[in-house]
Amino acid sequence: MWKAVQMEPLYSRKEVNNLKYVIIGNSAAAVGAVEAIRKNDTMGRLVIISNENHHTYSRPLISYLLMGKTDEEKMKYRDNDFYIENRCDLMLGKTALKIDDSRKQVILDDGEKESYDKLLIATGSSPFIPLIKGLDSVRNKFTFTTLDDAKHLESVLKENAKVLILGAGLIGLKCAEGISRKNVKTICVDLSTRILSSILDDEGSRIIENHLKKSNIEFYLGRQIVEFKENTAVLDSNIQIPFDVLVLAVGVKPNISLIKDIGGETNRGILTDERCRTSIPDIYAAGDCCESMDISSGVRKPMPLLPNAYMQGECAGMNMSGKDFVFDKAIPMNAIGLFGEHIITAGTYTGHVYCEADKNGFKKLFYSDNKLNGFIMIGNIEKAGIYTALIREKTPLDTLDFNLICKMPGLMAFSKEERASKLGGVLNESMR
Amino acid sequence: MKRVYVNEKWCLGCHLCEYYCAFASSNEKDMARALKGIKISPRIRIEEKDGISFAVSCRHCSEPLCVKGCITGAMTKKDGVITINKDKCIGCFTCILCCPYGAVSPSEDGAIEKCELCIKTNSGVPKCVEGCPNGAIVFEERGE
Repeated sequence: MWKAVQMEPLYSRKEVNNLKYVIIGNSAAAVGAVEAIRKNDTMGRLVIISNENHHTYSRPLISYLLMGKTDEEKMKYRDNDFYIENRCDLMLGKTALKIDDSRKQVILDDGEKESYDKLLIATGSSPFIPLIKGLDSVRNKFTFTTLDDAKHLESVLKENAKVLILGAGLIGLKCAEGISRKNVKTICVDLSTRILSSILDDEGSRIIENHLKKSNIEFYLGRQIVEFKENTAVLDSNIQIPFDVLVLAVGVKPNISLIKDIGGETNRGILTDERCRTSIPDIYAAGDCCESMDISSGVRKPMPLLPNAYMQGECAGMNMSGKDFVFDKAIPMNAIGLFGEHIITAGTYTGHVYCEADKNGFKKLFYSDNKLNGFIMIGNIEKAGIYTALIREKTPLDTLDFNLICKMPGLMAFSKEERASKLGGVLNESMR
Repeated sequence: MKRVYVNEKWCLGCHLCEYYCAFASSNEKDMARALKGIKISPRIRIEEKDGISFAVSCRHCSEPLCVKGCITGAMTKKDGVITINKDKCIGCFTCILCCPYGAVSPSEDGAIEKCELCIKTNSGVPKCVEGCPNGAIVFEERGE
């Protein structure tokens, strides 16, 4: 069972003249920060404030929980003794309402104030709720991003229920997979004409769409729900879809209000520099609440992905605890399994295309200006990380055997010297 | 911290490291019995082309992208060795997406598998190193 470990502060601030770190949030970015801070500072006080009443858990695992492939214990993102080992004071079930940056305090919903020397905003994102006429009248409607969401959804799901999922992106389709164990009828509606439009190109989308149709998911793509009449959705084509349960999965929006309210720089997400500093002194931000620079496209945007969240949190934590540390290698990247089919993608889909498709899988590489911009792999995903590294490190393609690496990701395509450095123990700076 | 290092100059391309690796994780005492009739799934793999060959296995990186990227917390690094908690791993393959060496693979049981320097099955020198007939794979401290 989830049980919060409530700890007494290990020492008061008066006794030791150390820094006090406060982290708002308790997921990947927060954990990254804790682990980084404790590498540099074992003495400073570390306080974690979270509005969820759970030990840190992996959000992407909620669909696996419904599938029965994991359980609440295994979903814990770090071991039970994580907070004790890292000497964290946990304040769970509390919401940070406001920051008073002039007094360096966080004001909580119970009126308490928590002072800080260094503050990290790791507040994540929230499901986007579309404005649709009649949505209020729908019974059994859910979003699908938290453990509590998953538990509530499971509690109402009955065998043979008809579930309408609005959104055929990562969240919606993972939800569809999660609930499939219950033998439900799933209907998926999306404004986009293709599924997983944020991570696949047209061809990739069709492959996965056909695969999912075999798993008994019905799609209405390029369609909009114009109105709900209680538990019936009316599409723009006037088709009416009755359903028992509605899942809203049209995306997430970064939780930026704590910074925006005090005049910190925000756009769609909180703006930070490459050291994860916000525009306000001693306040850092990391994870889904931020925007980050996608180096594969040069565009700054929210990239709500767990690996990026961890690495931003780590970067923030390092800088908060006095070590100069830069995270400037964010790229979109996803690894996802859906009904037995594996997909790995990264980067941006622009430039020339190398394409390979056979019974073992589908692969597309996108390249221009002597570098790899992005890739899509479906089915055979082995060694995908070799491509990811080419994008992340902007490896000049003329330094390797590009024809070979297109066909077969591997170290063979690199020069002899580069291989010696990778395998022979010469320190590779780019991996540091 | 001792690590596995590979020198392609000495690699014969004999694939024995792969067989020793598979044997090491088989829990059998006899190598022939352990490997007879099975398709091995080694955590060290030979890449070969045009007379060049070399073995690739987990580098146990000082900044491990697989551990940082792992969405479940199943992958951890302790005392310099990156290991996988198969019970926790749900086979999302984010580590495969992240590993710049291609040293993490899917496994039969749905979780991933990778070189763990034989710490779960043996003590001392990893079996691939022990079994390499030409000293192309070594287990050394090189001050990293």
